Amino acid sequence: MTVAREVDASRIRAWITPDSLENFAPLAACGSEADGAALVFEGRVRATNEGREVSSLAYEAYAEMAEQELEAICGEALDRFAVSSAFAAHRVGELGLKEVSVVVKVAAPHREPCYAASRWIIEALKSRLPVWKHERYADGSSVWVGAPAAASGAGP
Amino acid sequence: MTLDGLDGDISIRTLLFGVYAERAALRECSARVAAGSTVSDLVEELRRAEGWSWLPRRVVVAVNQSYAEGGTRLSDGDEVALIPPVAGG
Repeated sequence: MTVAREVDASRIRAWITPDSLENFAPLAACGSEADGAALVFEGRVRATNEGREVSSLAYEAYAEMAEQELEAICGEALDRFAVSSAFAAHRVGELGLKEVSVVVKVAAPHREPCYAASRWIIEALKSRLPVWKHERYADGSSVWVGAPAAASGAGP
Repeated sequence: MTLDGLDGDISIRTLLFGVYAERAALRECSARVAAGSTVSDLVEELRRAEGWSWLPRRVVVAVNQSYAEGGTRLSDGDEVALIPPVAGG
């Protein structure tokens, strides 16, 4: 199903990618000369989660749906906030500590809506994007984050 | 309208991810359910026929890549994804 949208497609972009998001080049196209503000948010792999020492992790996605969903979230951000462009990308595959797992860039004539829209997009994608995180710990165990304990992987 | 099989069954391409793929030890299967079945009927059939008692009755699903409710009616050839708790970001 396609939702009709007034917004110019070049103002919304989304990627699900196995490639590095460090200095992700396509973000340069986010925003125009009418925008006096642009804000980039990066999510990165943290060394600890809920008190456990993380050694590495892998993201799995329902890629086709996740890309559509991420694009829809960016579109909704344009409807909700006075931002002119919203781009977002999420990594899949194996990631090491400190690597960028997700990046969100928004641009607007003024800075305030950038902060609000960026925050909203990251919260929305965390709750809606069909992406799963398999965390591996220094003690050799691993777990699918968010899965019920009884259904988890090789964790103790 | 979809032309269903003469035996009244429809075929559903079922996708599994994350912890569900791990539990089922597969990422995709073809499930047959009666014509007119809903998402909830499919989930019940998978729990019974495949022995997936770990699959929550009210599991989040997407039909043809959009989130769908349990009462959504399925058509032959639909793609149904079983969605474990998401953890992006």
